[in-house]
Amino acid sequence: MGRTLAEKVWDDHVVRRAEGEPDLLYIDLHLVHEVTSPQAFDGLRATGRSVRRPDLTLATEDHNVPTLDIDKPIADPISAAQVDALRRNCAEFGVPVYSLGSRDQGIVHVVGPQLGLTQPGMTVVCGDSHTSTHGAFGALAFGIGTSEVEHVLATQTLPLKPFKTMAITVEGDLPAGVTAKDVILAVIAEIGTGGGQGYVLEYRGSAIRSLSMEGRMTICNMSIEAGARAGMVAPDETTFEYIKGRPHAPQRADWDEAVAYWSTLRTDDDAVFDAEVVIDATTLSPYVTWGTNPGQGLPLSASVPSPSDAKDEVDRIAIERALDYMGLEPGMALRDISVDTVFIGSCTNGRIEDLRAAADVLRGRRVSEGVRMLVVPGSVRVRLQAMEEGLDTVFTEAGAEWREAGCSMCLAMNPDKLAPGERSASTSNRNFEGRQGPGGRTHLVSPQVAAATAVAGHLASPADLAPVA
Amino acid sequence: MEKFIVHSGTAVPLRRSNVDTDQIIPAEYLKRITRHGFEDGLFSAWRQDPDFVLNRPHHAEATILVAGPDFGTGSSREHAVWALQDYGFAVVISSRFADIFRGNSGKGGLLTAEVEHAVVEALWEAIEADPTLEVTVDLEQREVRAGALVAGFDVDDYVRWRLMEGLDDIGITLQYADDIDAFEAARPSWKPTTVAVI
Repeated sequence: MGRTLAEKVWDDHVVRRAEGEPDLLYIDLHLVHEVTSPQAFDGLRATGRSVRRPDLTLATEDHNVPTLDIDKPIADPISAAQVDALRRNCAEFGVPVYSLGSRDQGIVHVVGPQLGLTQPGMTVVCGDSHTSTHGAFGALAFGIGTSEVEHVLATQTLPLKPFKTMAITVEGDLPAGVTAKDVILAVIAEIGTGGGQGYVLEYRGSAIRSLSMEGRMTICNMSIEAGARAGMVAPDETTFEYIKGRPHAPQRADWDEAVAYWSTLRTDDDAVFDAEVVIDATTLSPYVTWGTNPGQGLPLSASVPSPSDAKDEVDRIAIERALDYMGLEPGMALRDISVDTVFIGSCTNGRIEDLRAAADVLRGRRVSEGVRMLVVPGSVRVRLQAMEEGLDTVFTEAGAEWREAGCSMCLAMNPDKLAPGERSASTSNRNFEGRQGPGGRTHLVSPQVAAATAVAGHLASPADLAPVA
Repeated sequence: MEKFIVHSGTAVPLRRSNVDTDQIIPAEYLKRITRHGFEDGLFSAWRQDPDFVLNRPHHAEATILVAGPDFGTGSSREHAVWALQDYGFAVVISSRFADIFRGNSGKGGLLTAEVEHAVVEALWEAIEADPTLEVTVDLEQREVRAGALVAGFDVDDYVRWRLMEGLDDIGITLQYADDIDAFEAARPSWKPTTVAVI
């Protein structure tokens, strides 16, 4: 019987297999950031162990870093101590690190792909659940906890039970104005936050094939919000074209050898998935979340649901709690929800195409009175590219704030936060209670919807805006 | 790691689904670089409500948390496991756990016992009727016992063995260093390294 893409990548990394035990899997790339690594390095020190392959390990500073005044010391002493700890640990164990101020600093999941480090058929891990992003290249990429970070540092392997596989087939042409973000929000609304539990999702179908690498990254990024360990897209010409010429891409004869291997990385026609979901791309429209988990999403044209719509008692309580926390009434049109803040950025939507899409909406328009809009590039290189294209001017002329690179308001570990009760339209990945600041309320949206919402002052798509004069 | 065979204690009924790791411990607490002392961050937003179940005095000594489905979704932060343990929990019972949280729990010695949702409901009712009810979680028998209630629970065989033996994963893997060497020797030379390129 044929194998799925995920099974092929898995099989190519088995170091040791024994009955009744997890497979021992080799890890090709280990990405590290300041938040989930200090206790792992401490563990190495306590046991006298070293980092087995510092040359397959890369660290960057992203979760804690400020997006203003980065030439000054980090004001929050606890954040500063954590960033310092990463720098000390990397120096002591020989791990390369891109620190604040470096041209290659940025969100870990933006940095790997843009350097060409993320390649098809690799195993990629990081102490961060959004490691699933790298699956867009046909890599098997997943988030791990700090104990596993220590394990990979020490051994460059992980003991793992095989994941199940699920095909998510999105067939047809996406209607105008519908983005990768809308696709993944619709998928999560369909299968739920636990629907992908135990699975690697493979996104397939003509709608996925037609997406750019950046769109595919947006989709794979949020696989974890459906509970999945990883998301993958089979590599194709779009993938190879994206990697070619990047700093860590294979060169000359190596390139041909790599492409020959990468071209074998597709699910065999006779392979069988453990589960399958089919979505008709032509029925999709811009999606937004109304509640406090990423599965609580609806088309922008819909209304806030009622607890009486619930499918069971657990769901009814969840809807009631979400409405209460979000300060929403059942039946209210989603388009009538006003926001205080718009956040564009994160490992979900902080890449150059996302900034271009938002800038296209804002060009010639103004951010609504009383709305604060933050634009936070996913990396320094994205920031420089955007400035070269003049996007920073588009944002600032529209009244938005143009910031330095980092995770920023996606998880509010740095000073960029919502105040209690404040409401945001955010291109990030989680609308959990307090995620963007204690008491803050988050609506997840695409960059296009975020920009249109900033102009309108309430949830809106670009099609809702008056044409630019 | 200490061996885990059987645990008895009182339990807290957490009548919520989709308890994500941002609720278990908000990001603000993740700036610490230590491995212990995260008990103050556990459910810190919810604990500000005096009526929150964890604030009820009769649950002060509880060591078992009984929660709704999809417990531990979201961020991979192992701090969520540490916060639960530092607060005093040894076991979480739920009808469904998020994968990464469950993996992290196994590494740290926190037992995640997966039961049918009807068992969660029965436990909630029994604990609410008598908060002093002793709940026993028997890893050897894979069984939860509370008063008249006896129910099996799911746990991965390998995780169960490791917990019962109190074994450290890294130590186990390092026994296979020769296998890792052999694998590395056969890796294609074009695979990328992180060594900076000019």
